[in-house]
Amino acid sequence: MTIPEKQQKIVEEFSFLEDWMDKYEYLIELGKNLPPLEEGSKQEKNLIKGCQSRVWLDVSREDGKLYFKADSDALITKGIISLLVHVFSGHTPVEILESNMDFIEKIGLKDHLSPTRANGLLSMIQQIRMYAFVANTEKPS
Amino acid sequence: MNISQIRDQFPALQQKVYGKPLVYLDNSATTQKPEQVLQVLREMNAGINGNIHRAVHYLSVECTERYDKARKTIRDFINAASENEVIFTSGTTASLNLLAFSFGQTYVRPGDRIIITRTEHHSNIVPWQMMCQRAGALLEVWEMDQTGALDPKKLEQILDKPGDPPKLLAITHISNVLGIVNPLAEIIRIAHFYQVPVVVDGAQGIVHQKVDVQKLDADFYVFSGHKLYGPTGTGILYGKEKFLEEMVPWQGGGDMIESVSLEKGTTYAKLPLKFEAGTANFTGVAGLGAAVEFVQSLDNGTIEEHEKTITEKAIKLLQEIDGCTLYGIPGTYYGQVYDKIPVFSMSIEGAHPSDIAMMLDKMGIAARSGMLCAEPLLARLNLTSVLRASFALYNTMEELEFFVDSLKKVLKILR
Repeated sequence: MTIPEKQQKIVEEFSFLEDWMDKYEYLIELGKNLPPLEEGSKQEKNLIKGCQSRVWLDVSREDGKLYFKADSDALITKGIISLLVHVFSGHTPVEILESNMDFIEKIGLKDHLSPTRANGLLSMIQQIRMYAFVANTEKPS
Repeated sequence: MNISQIRDQFPALQQKVYGKPLVYLDNSATTQKPEQVLQVLREMNAGINGNIHRAVHYLSVECTERYDKARKTIRDFINAASENEVIFTSGTTASLNLLAFSFGQTYVRPGDRIIITRTEHHSNIVPWQMMCQRAGALLEVWEMDQTGALDPKKLEQILDKPGDPPKLLAITHISNVLGIVNPLAEIIRIAHFYQVPVVVDGAQGIVHQKVDVQKLDADFYVFSGHKLYGPTGTGILYGKEKFLEEMVPWQGGGDMIESVSLEKGTTYAKLPLKFEAGTANFTGVAGLGAAVEFVQSLDNGTIEEHEKTITEKAIKLLQEIDGCTLYGIPGTYYGQVYDKIPVFSMSIEGAHPSDIAMMLDKMGIAARSGMLCAEPLLARLNLTSVLRASFALYNTMEELEFFVDSLKKVLKILR
């Protein structure tokens, strides 16, 4: 699936969730199901600090595609992370750089990505794009 | 007035959020405003609006009178010796930055020591770090113990070092995380024995304690209007006149000058205007005066009793929750009694504060999660985040029970 296709599928899934509690419970399930990052990857260099919660992001590269692994100490944040990892993992830097984040607004989680929310999510997205940007300027490994 | 009648005075408390009645438990961050305050703000924004201390016209005179009257109200409220000792600022943070600058420029030299405690809000840490950087002074920390209490012996060890005594001790009256009341009288007595002036961050203290600055003998006491049922953007710096007289001004501009000359230089206005440059927030200040009058009109005994009942019940209910650790337990530490105000910070095993707060929000409850602007305090407790519910005089026992029940529901989903 392409990035827009994956995003569209998430939007459809969320359209069945009527109220906020359902949305949060769904995100919490996603968060619980996301495999935790190995302790070895939970290093300072992978840590994105926020006042509300902390996020760790690890990236690897294979056949010109980027693969992300991430974790958070908060479950709802981790649920959103799980969506982002699913959307962006396994794609080329160009595909990532050409994508947009409209789907977050469509599923009603825009305020979780506001710059002042300090939960590490916005920084995580910026970090993903930064990795893609750098990978795109380097020669393929 | 009983609690329910007091509550009726606050329009913000009558609203619904996400279709549910608002249960507002983030009062340590900011409080809602009573009708009496809103009335003043409406009236002044709609018509009674003229710049103060400048003009002879009706509106200017009316605003000036209200501004000056508020100063007198605040003076009475904290029992300052004179209105010269009451400076209007934009809040606790501005008061502390003013102090850090003006006190620092006037008294602090390279190698001097400044003392703060581990339990401070960032507002009572960062301005002093900046001041020490500017002055080449050293910041020393009076460490707390695992309970959040401060051992006076440790303070004496810091004060009693050879050489000059520290230039200042800056300490909170009540930590916004722990909610326990520091034994200020004893702490100030010790500091003064070593001739060290004391700055008290009263942002939480002024809301829950009767403060008499002369009896307390605090050299400076600062607080915000918006946590005291008053308008945002208002605050107080109380300082003993002998210091304020000597201290250089912070900001320059209109109203803080006696005479401005490009040839002979500028002379400054007398207290308190020396520290109030530019057009003051006179509308806000008048609103703050109304807020203080509102607080003064309430029966102290009723409020105290109510807050005590809430506090005792909350501690009991929260400690019954499996895996819940409360921070700031009242009791006797180092021979001093630490009372508690209804501010409850906690961590709960298996559930992150941010998740809890987000879910409570959708149930209509405004609670707080995060570091609460007290990262060093949390670091000492090995925490990166806590959940906090903070109560004001208008919160009811039913709200406490609803909070605890909702918390239990959320925990069932999260754990």
